[in-house]
Amino acid sequence: MSAATADVATGTNASGAGATQGAGRRPRRSDLGVALLFILPALFGFVVFYLYPTFRGIYFSLTRYNVLGKPHFIGFGNYTKLFADPLFWNAMKVTVEYVVLNIVFQTILAVAIGVLMQRLTKSTAVRAVILLPFLISNVIAALLWFLMLDFQVGIINEMLAGLGLDRVTFFGGDATAIPTIAAVNVWRHMGYTALLVFAGLQTIPDYVYEAAAVDGSTEWRSFWRITLPLLRPILALVLVITVTGSFQIFDTVSVTTRGGPGSATRVIQYYIIQKGFQEGQFGYASAVSMILFIILAIIAVVQLRLLRAGESDLS
Amino acid sequence: MATIATPASPTQTSLAAQTAEGTRGRKPINPGRVVAWACLVVIMLVTLFPFYWMLRTSLSTSTSLFLHPGDLGPVDATLGAYKRVLGLATTAEAQAQGGSGASVNFLLYLRNSVIFAVVATAGQVFFSALAAYAFARLRWPGRDLVFFVFLTALMVPQIFTALPNFILIKNLGLLGTFPGLIAPYFFMTPFAIFFLRQFFLGISREIEEAAKLDGAGHLRLFFGIVLPMSAAPITTLAILTLINMWNEYLWPLLVGTNDDSRVLTVALGVFKQQTPNTGPDWAGLMAAVLIAALPLLIVFLLFAKRVVNSIGFSGVK
Repeated sequence: MSAATADVATGTNASGAGATQGAGRRPRRSDLGVALLFILPALFGFVVFYLYPTFRGIYFSLTRYNVLGKPHFIGFGNYTKLFADPLFWNAMKVTVEYVVLNIVFQTILAVAIGVLMQRLTKSTAVRAVILLPFLISNVIAALLWFLMLDFQVGIINEMLAGLGLDRVTFFGGDATAIPTIAAVNVWRHMGYTALLVFAGLQTIPDYVYEAAAVDGSTEWRSFWRITLPLLRPILALVLVITVTGSFQIFDTVSVTTRGGPGSATRVIQYYIIQKGFQEGQFGYASAVSMILFIILAIIAVVQLRLLRAGESDLS
Repeated sequence: MATIATPASPTQTSLAAQTAEGTRGRKPINPGRVVAWACLVVIMLVTLFPFYWMLRTSLSTSTSLFLHPGDLGPVDATLGAYKRVLGLATTAEAQAQGGSGASVNFLLYLRNSVIFAVVATAGQVFFSALAAYAFARLRWPGRDLVFFVFLTALMVPQIFTALPNFILIKNLGLLGTFPGLIAPYFFMTPFAIFFLRQFFLGISREIEEAAKLDGAGHLRLFFGIVLPMSAAPITTLAILTLINMWNEYLWPLLVGTNDDSRVLTVALGVFKQQTPNTGPDWAGLMAAVLIAALPLLIVFLLFAKRVVNSIGFSGVK
């Protein structure tokens, strides 16, 4: 089993090998008929639930559409409206605040945990415990912390009161709501992210550290001089995944604050659902989700460029 | 950085490490390691404590929780919360212990979640495996282009396709049904195809050629050789998919709108909305949460090693 996952992990090598083997057998006839048979169900799913809705979504964003009637083409009307919509800009601001808090703390913690595990123990049990919060849904993590952070009965506020500190309205405060939601999702995702980092760290051979130790390098220096530079390409990929996911924050808000207090947690995806399904402005909701789409695409490209992904200093 | 540029050979370094170890004596207690272990233990406690709190609260009586919120054990221990959320308690009983009295039946939602997650996973893994085989092992014009187009779908945020997909499912009259709930996940995901393609590419061609000489067609090759040989990665993918499906919220929230198609995540949100803001039914909520989390935790317990080891580069891409 471990061999199998290792094969998957080194997929780039495997694909290279496959390509060269294939090139050697060029004269073979095409398998088009049987390939169509194999690919048909997936192709159907792709066209109906990915490709078609993508174009349809772009079209909806150019219409006035309240679900019940027919969409009316209005050109870029939704987009001009959107750029003048204070609630849209608020949603952007709140979402970016959330993403920054979530990603900064999650990444720092994940790297710390990943490095701790790499230098201390490769135990599966430890990794299983670290991964545990990832197995429960965002909804459950949200409800669990909603209880633990409750103003009256929450254990965290009990502890604060016990220490003689003031109780905090974590989910209910204008200034605390977004940091609280960010913290809850850091708790749920840090273990998963740490395992990704840990897997990346496995590609750094032990002798590099041994050699550094012989040269008199401390653990602390080795971390900054060896681990972090070699981890950079992995970190780039991890960040693309986590930032993209983070921008799509919805579940936690939906079951706890529902956008409040006021608009303090009305994040972009919550705003889309509200517009589309509660206010019946489906065209407008599509336009907002188009903006989200564009932002995520730009972020992915920029991040991969900035962090020079794919170049490992080891090779 | 200089140490990386000129790494000593493994034998040299291990020798060097041994002598370094020797001069320091027999494994001295390194204060740095003690602090590091302490950090790791604290992190594990932060990870585990909420799970204990879930259990502790679910076994408490909601009305008493307000009097002793700081008790570390269950307050007025009872199984009442479980009876309540499984629809086994009478309205009067439920209200006496702090329930809202509204009828909830998490057994039904549990069934719905099982159907949704299992059927979606089975279809997705099977059809993705078929497609992955065509991308990895068959040669046909446009293969790499089609694969690339499939992969670009990874870039599209879920919400963007969810809106038009909702319209499609609504127009087909499938809102509030399992087919409507399952369809978008049933045929493929770009990730599943990518994951399995990587594995199929690694299978040696000799086995395939040998089978072909015996006159096996691609169907027999796939079902008789490739699928059995790939049991391990397919199981891994199935478990990862099951976790994702079980925890899915947005799409079931839009489509699984009635009791017969409402899955656990959505039901938990509804249950929380129904419970009064003043004096919420915390015990009931945590009992429901535990019921929702337990099946996946059991699956994880059985396959922990496989799941933990599968999270790596395959999970990144």
